[in-house]
Amino acid sequence: MSTPTHERAASHPHHADQDRLVQPSQLSPARRALATVLHSRELAILLVLALVIAVATVRNPTFLFSGNSWRDLLLTPSMLVVLAVGQAVVIITRNVDLSVGSTLALTAYLTGRLFIDLPGIPIVAVVVAGLLVGGLLGLVNGVLVAVGKVPALVITLGTLYIYRGIVLTWAGSDRINASDLPRSFLSLGTRQVLSIPVLTLVALVVLLSVGYYLQTARGGREMYAIGSDPDAAVLYGLDVRRRVLTAFVLSGALAGLAGVMYAARYGTVSAGAGVGMELEAVAAVVIGGVAIFGGSGTVWGAAIGAVLLVTINRALPILGIPDFWQRAVVGALIIGAIVLDRVLADRRRRTLAEARDES
Amino acid sequence: MAEHPPPALELRDASKSFGPVVALRRGTLVARSGSIHALVGENGAGKSTIVKIIAGLYRRDSGDYLLDGQPVDFSSTSEAKARGVAVIYQEPTLFPDLSVTENIFMGRHLLGKGRRIDRAAMYAEVERLFSGLGVHIDPRRPALGLSIADQQIVEIAKAISLDARVLIMDEPTAALSGVEVERLFTVARALRDEGRALVFISHRFDEVFALCDTVTVMRDGDYVDTMAIDETDPGEIVALMVGREVGDLFPKTPADVGDPVLRVEGLTSAGTFHDIDFEVRAGEIVALAGLVGAGRSEIARAVFGIDRYDAGTVTIGGAPVTAGSPRAAIRAGMALVPEDRRQQGLVTDSSIARNIASVIRRGLARTGVLTSAAEAGAAGPWASRLEVKTHALDMPAATMSGGNQQKVVIAKWLATEPVLLVIDEPTRGIDVGTKAEVHRLLSELAGQGLAILMISSELPEVLGMADRVLVVSEGRITDEISRADATAERVMRAATQSTGAHA
Repeated sequence: MSTPTHERAASHPHHADQDRLVQPSQLSPARRALATVLHSRELAILLVLALVIAVATVRNPTFLFSGNSWRDLLLTPSMLVVLAVGQAVVIITRNVDLSVGSTLALTAYLTGRLFIDLPGIPIVAVVVAGLLVGGLLGLVNGVLVAVGKVPALVITLGTLYIYRGIVLTWAGSDRINASDLPRSFLSLGTRQVLSIPVLTLVALVVLLSVGYYLQTARGGREMYAIGSDPDAAVLYGLDVRRRVLTAFVLSGALAGLAGVMYAARYGTVSAGAGVGMELEAVAAVVIGGVAIFGGSGTVWGAAIGAVLLVTINRALPILGIPDFWQRAVVGALIIGAIVLDRVLADRRRRTLAEARDES
Repeated sequence: MAEHPPPALELRDASKSFGPVVALRRGTLVARSGSIHALVGENGAGKSTIVKIIAGLYRRDSGDYLLDGQPVDFSSTSEAKARGVAVIYQEPTLFPDLSVTENIFMGRHLLGKGRRIDRAAMYAEVERLFSGLGVHIDPRRPALGLSIADQQIVEIAKAISLDARVLIMDEPTAALSGVEVERLFTVARALRDEGRALVFISHRFDEVFALCDTVTVMRDGDYVDTMAIDETDPGEIVALMVGREVGDLFPKTPADVGDPVLRVEGLTSAGTFHDIDFEVRAGEIVALAGLVGAGRSEIARAVFGIDRYDAGTVTIGGAPVTAGSPRAAIRAGMALVPEDRRQQGLVTDSSIARNIASVIRRGLARTGVLTSAAEAGAAGPWASRLEVKTHALDMPAATMSGGNQQKVVIAKWLATEPVLLVIDEPTRGIDVGTKAEVHRLLSELAGQGLAILMISSELPEVLGMADRVLVVSEGRITDEISRADATAERVMRAATQSTGAHA
């Protein structure tokens, strides 16, 4: 006699879906790869992005086809992409880093000061300084979260204000102007290689290396495990503290790099640089399909989410949508993404549970 | 007997205390390679503490721990794992988002060129492990949605891939169906024949006798005896498990038993409990006895309306109580003191007065404003009646001892003037002295005509307090015993009996 609840008559419509989830090894490698891509969140938002660009271009061809349009399309999101990649890593470990906007401001201002105070300093040294200072600020977050065991939301909300306070005290009402910066540095913000802006290439390199690390290194996989179930991670004997620390240092260092990129792109840096960018980064990550409670999602999704967010912000005015609605659209996108996550996760859970009952 | 190699696992006279609470007095367990060793004992006998010490989760306070004759001292689970000790818990902890293969290799992924994870090699290895175990689980599927049985198989595969020499299975069969138990046993026997040492913890004697060759009995955190399985029988083991004097430690004063207050008929919740029928009369204490996980708390929660049920009725004084609504249950005159006071029954940061008054707020608030004075006024009489020892009612509840916290929770509910009190593990985590006070209080309340439904895992408490004992096993009531006939042996036998749900 078996338990009665498991004997449910089974004729469910999504058997293909079930096989994909329950017995992926039954598919040929090519079919499996195809199924993964077709069901991926990354593809879905890529299509939304393409749709936004298409609609905006139809309404106003200069959106894509004019002097600097193509360049701007790729260039403007590159800072947010770098921030979102760092943020995705932190969120995958079931944490969050709200201090990245302030970190970006600090290193952007630092970049200007270095060029002013140490004339002739090599650009490489400035980039390294940005990475180091950002990494240090990330280390502070990481130590407080991983060792102090205080929720990341609280810690990084605190350092958001503290780091911003440092910039405000340091810069005061002073601002860095394009004229303070060497021409070679500023040209990084506009130069293109094979019609791809240099800053976009930087963002791509960051994206590819972090994506590769998360997918193919033990450390990266352990970050997913920690976010998936922190208690199980301890039982498995994973070094949770070290991985969480790494995630925060990485996020800080990338925010530091984004600060240098910001200075190169805009030329002017005030103490208010990057205000609110931490929330844009979190939004990009969520839209990109990284679960807000960690454990799943990819930096590819987060990066596309960042591009989508920036592109929508540029497209909506072109489409003649009033300011209020522009923000509402972004908000709806975030909520929509989370609701979609919920629905998909529930469906996945149900499909797997049904497979269990049928077996 | 000829010279033995040293046992794979040897724990001698291990002890462990948490503050004043002694969890393990004398833990002794010797498991040999090529053997399946049963570890049995009542709830709270110290089995889990032993498991956690062996697994490296707890550090013993004293005693010896040897693996293959070598003394060891673990401060983390990974150290124990590195020495070939693996534990399979009743409910395994897997990473739901990750693939089965990643779960098996997490922390020690196979690496290929350039320290890059070699997924193909891992999938192949897991295929090999699973086919060796004779199970069909796709290595690429996510761990999410696996049945408990399959999750355990994943844990076992992990243990094998670690080449664990000692495998501890902590009540692995509690959530399994008959077929799944058979599959697990087949796997366990195969592992034994490969020369590993297995420790099997179970409350089901039929399983212990079917699978194991040696049995160690524990009682009250103490080692009792180790025997070869074919030289003993379930009767002897039960006697050893409960063999303590049940004195007059828990005196229930006789009370006049009145009319039925609570009547439960045919209560069923799929997968949790089935066909539960019982009644509780005024002035009567009815105990729901059984093992942890038998479904007792779930029955209480369903009766009180916290959880929904699929079939059956609950009536109070003849009037049906709306299912799934604690508010209706309270209005009908029910009160529930949950098992975990800190989490469910008490706002430990709030004052004692506020805690007591919390369920009757509505009645206290004048023109919508609730004053501390009104709260204290309402709480005072109850606290003094229950002799809650505390200096002032405005102290936070967290500062009180477990016994006094329990009294505050009881007081809180008595303030609603219930006709039925449901109390889950009334004295868990309470020191011996205060235990007697809680028992006297319950006894007095019954004397005043309150109907009490008590859930308890402590046999002496059940035998001493209850007018009637209902024994629950695997979600069914397997025995109903009157006070006069209640013996520890009879309760344990009914509690460990398989109900035939998967016979």
